[in-house]
Amino acid sequence: MIRVVLLLVFLAVPAFAVQPDEIMDDPALEERARQISQGLRCLVCRNENIDESNADLARDLRLAVRERLLTGDSDTEVVAYLVDRYGEYVLLRPDMRGANLILWLAGPVMLLGGLGIAAFYLRRRGTREVQPAALDDEEKLRLERLLRD
Amino acid sequence: MIIELGHFALILALALAVVQTVLPLLGASRGWSGAMAAGGPAANGQFICLAFAFAALTYGFVASDFSLRLVAANSHTAKPMLYKVTGVWGNHEGSMLLWCLILALYASLAAIFGTNLRPSLQARVLGVQGAISVSFLTFLIFTSNPFARLEIPPMNGSDLNPLLQDPGLAFHPPFLYLGYVGLSMAFSFAVAALIEGRVDAAWGRWVRPWTLAAWLFLTVGIALGSWWAYYELGWGGFWFWDPVENASFMPWLIAAALLHSSIVVEKREALKSWTILLAILAFGFSLIGAFIVRSGVLTSVHAFANDPERGVYLLAIAAIFMGGALTLYAVRAGAMEAKGVFGLVSRESALVANNVLLAVAAFVVFVGTVWPLVAEMAFGRKLSVGAPFFDMAFTPFMVAIAALLPLGALLPWKRGRLDRAAAPLGGALALSLCLGAFVWVTQTGGSMLAPIGAVLASWVVLGVVVDLANRAGRGKDVATRIRRLRHLPRADWGKSIAHAGFGVTFFGICALTAWQVEDIRVAREGESFDVAGYTITLEDVRGMRGPNYEATVATMVVTFGARDVAVLYPEKRFYPVARMPTTEAAIDNGILRDLYLVIGDPQEGGGWAVRTYVKPFANWIWAGCIIMAMGGCLSLSDRRHRIAAGAPKSPRAAVPAE
Repeated sequence: MIRVVLLLVFLAVPAFAVQPDEIMDDPALEERARQISQGLRCLVCRNENIDESNADLARDLRLAVRERLLTGDSDTEVVAYLVDRYGEYVLLRPDMRGANLILWLAGPVMLLGGLGIAAFYLRRRGTREVQPAALDDEEKLRLERLLRD
Repeated sequence: MIIELGHFALILALALAVVQTVLPLLGASRGWSGAMAAGGPAANGQFICLAFAFAALTYGFVASDFSLRLVAANSHTAKPMLYKVTGVWGNHEGSMLLWCLILALYASLAAIFGTNLRPSLQARVLGVQGAISVSFLTFLIFTSNPFARLEIPPMNGSDLNPLLQDPGLAFHPPFLYLGYVGLSMAFSFAVAALIEGRVDAAWGRWVRPWTLAAWLFLTVGIALGSWWAYYELGWGGFWFWDPVENASFMPWLIAAALLHSSIVVEKREALKSWTILLAILAFGFSLIGAFIVRSGVLTSVHAFANDPERGVYLLAIAAIFMGGALTLYAVRAGAMEAKGVFGLVSRESALVANNVLLAVAAFVVFVGTVWPLVAEMAFGRKLSVGAPFFDMAFTPFMVAIAALLPLGALLPWKRGRLDRAAAPLGGALALSLCLGAFVWVTQTGGSMLAPIGAVLASWVVLGVVVDLANRAGRGKDVATRIRRLRHLPRADWGKSIAHAGFGVTFFGICALTAWQVEDIRVAREGESFDVAGYTITLEDVRGMRGPNYEATVATMVVTFGARDVAVLYPEKRFYPVARMPTTEAAIDNGILRDLYLVIGDPQEGGGWAVRTYVKPFANWIWAGCIIMAMGGCLSLSDRRHRIAAGAPKSPRAAVPAE
């Protein structure tokens, strides 16, 4: 039987993300951990980063991030560590390699294209001065009447 | 019995929709006035039938008729009455019925208020609108019938998702649908004009109110959804760049572009074919949105019905209407001859820039939304596109729009001079830069986000003030200025207010993002702690019973120095029927900041997890949206929309100023 999920199902509720016991003593490291977490996707959730997610896996990942930071990894090394294990799916901001260039360049290229077309159109308009049609006699009469009123 | 009548009315509505499609379109092409005139009554009849069907379904929910499959799956006798009613559209079938009802409502309005349109144009508009109705009604009846019965009704229902039992979300869908579906009118007008091969100023004037209405409903709907997320999800996020959010945002962006380009059609008879294209695309994005939300092809926080059959049907609807309209466009758009001539520096050019930026921004959101799908199908890469991408790729467009807006709004039509338009803005620019510098100096460290946001937001708002001051006449005495301001057309006031609202929202987003303070800790009962100057005391934590949930309620006292600020009661709820927990944050709303308290789980060593946020200027985000929508309302009430295009002016307007 095809049982359809009829409701809006929010799987990740309530998003009660970072727990007090996870927070690191060094506020600078903690701040870096938060920044990194916000760019990583919770793999079992629907489109949530691990900083906001309340899934157990997200907690594990948050702890892993903090562990790597404690061992002295740089931010990029921490991210690379997780991408090695979970694939690029974990990145909320896709890298700029290969086909992803299409994604990243779509906006700028469209903008340049749009501006180019707009500029071409506007220039053509500017040069092609259209002379308004001269008024015929009847219109002149009406104009005079209107101006007199 | 009432349910069966509702079911019958739904089927009758489909039959009437077929009549509304076939007769007017046929009549318009053959010149049969009788057939053309049938469109109006058919549209009204369809609306009445659907209103009855909707009322019947509502009755089923209110009376808790669990022999209805939909009611059994989405309601419960213990649910508060408000949510029994709003539960009608808190599910796929009911919301589709609401969608169809609104489609018919718009067609009916076009039939009633469109009597001064050319009869052939009105007939074609109603015909196209009828065709959209036919497609959605068949979808509703054959794949998602809300009136399906259960053979063995259960004793009680399985309740509405607790997260939807909230006033903010209860009224979020109707507003969104009024917006999504409102864009179908712009689409119908565009297709009707393509069939007629004629677009003139009157057409622009006719399309504008529908677009304006759709846009303002979308604004309110999106703001409601964002506000709901802010207070309900437990950490005060207001926008997630989730596919479903993007699905509502793309039509909003395109509608905003259409709103501006139709002004050019109306006032200057230029940009005609571009405006037609936007009108088609705006509704196209609505259809794509419906597909994204209801097919489940993209993983989203808001997973709606995950049903391939429905997805395919919706995709087919989108493909047929977009394919048909765009083909028609390709064949006919060349015939749209522009009349108005304008120079490179002119209001028209500024509106073109606005359109390019809005359209490309919408395109960026679209590419980002579908990229995971494309990358997987075409390149075999499983990847995610989330908030960090959109923040980077989308924000520059909004910055550019905010930077250009005040200048563009001051440029004259046809031909202007940059230096002359920019001159009155010097003060606004200087003041904005001062404010930005002040913000930059006062904030300790932090990013450039807040200063830049402050500069741009005040630039936009001060630009509006300068524009109004200009319109009032510089160097005139105060009484004259006030009188001139009072006699400005409402559309001009609407424009000013909407633009100011954009500035307010812009600032709210920047300030909240840059200055939010967060504190996560374990607190025992009776314990106090300090966050950003506030002293917060967790007085006690108690259990409580609601009508259909159990709750843990904390009492938290907030003071600032010796001053009492608020006593707040954050809750954790559990809905036993749906077996779902929810967080009810307690918020002390303020103009300058929100205090946002959340109570979490009890900790092993005693005490409770407590989250405290100070969210500066949070309310400005939604206040700005409301201001934008108010501007839209004001513009909608402009007298030129109430009189027929080309009709003689009323004598009152012709009285010369004394």
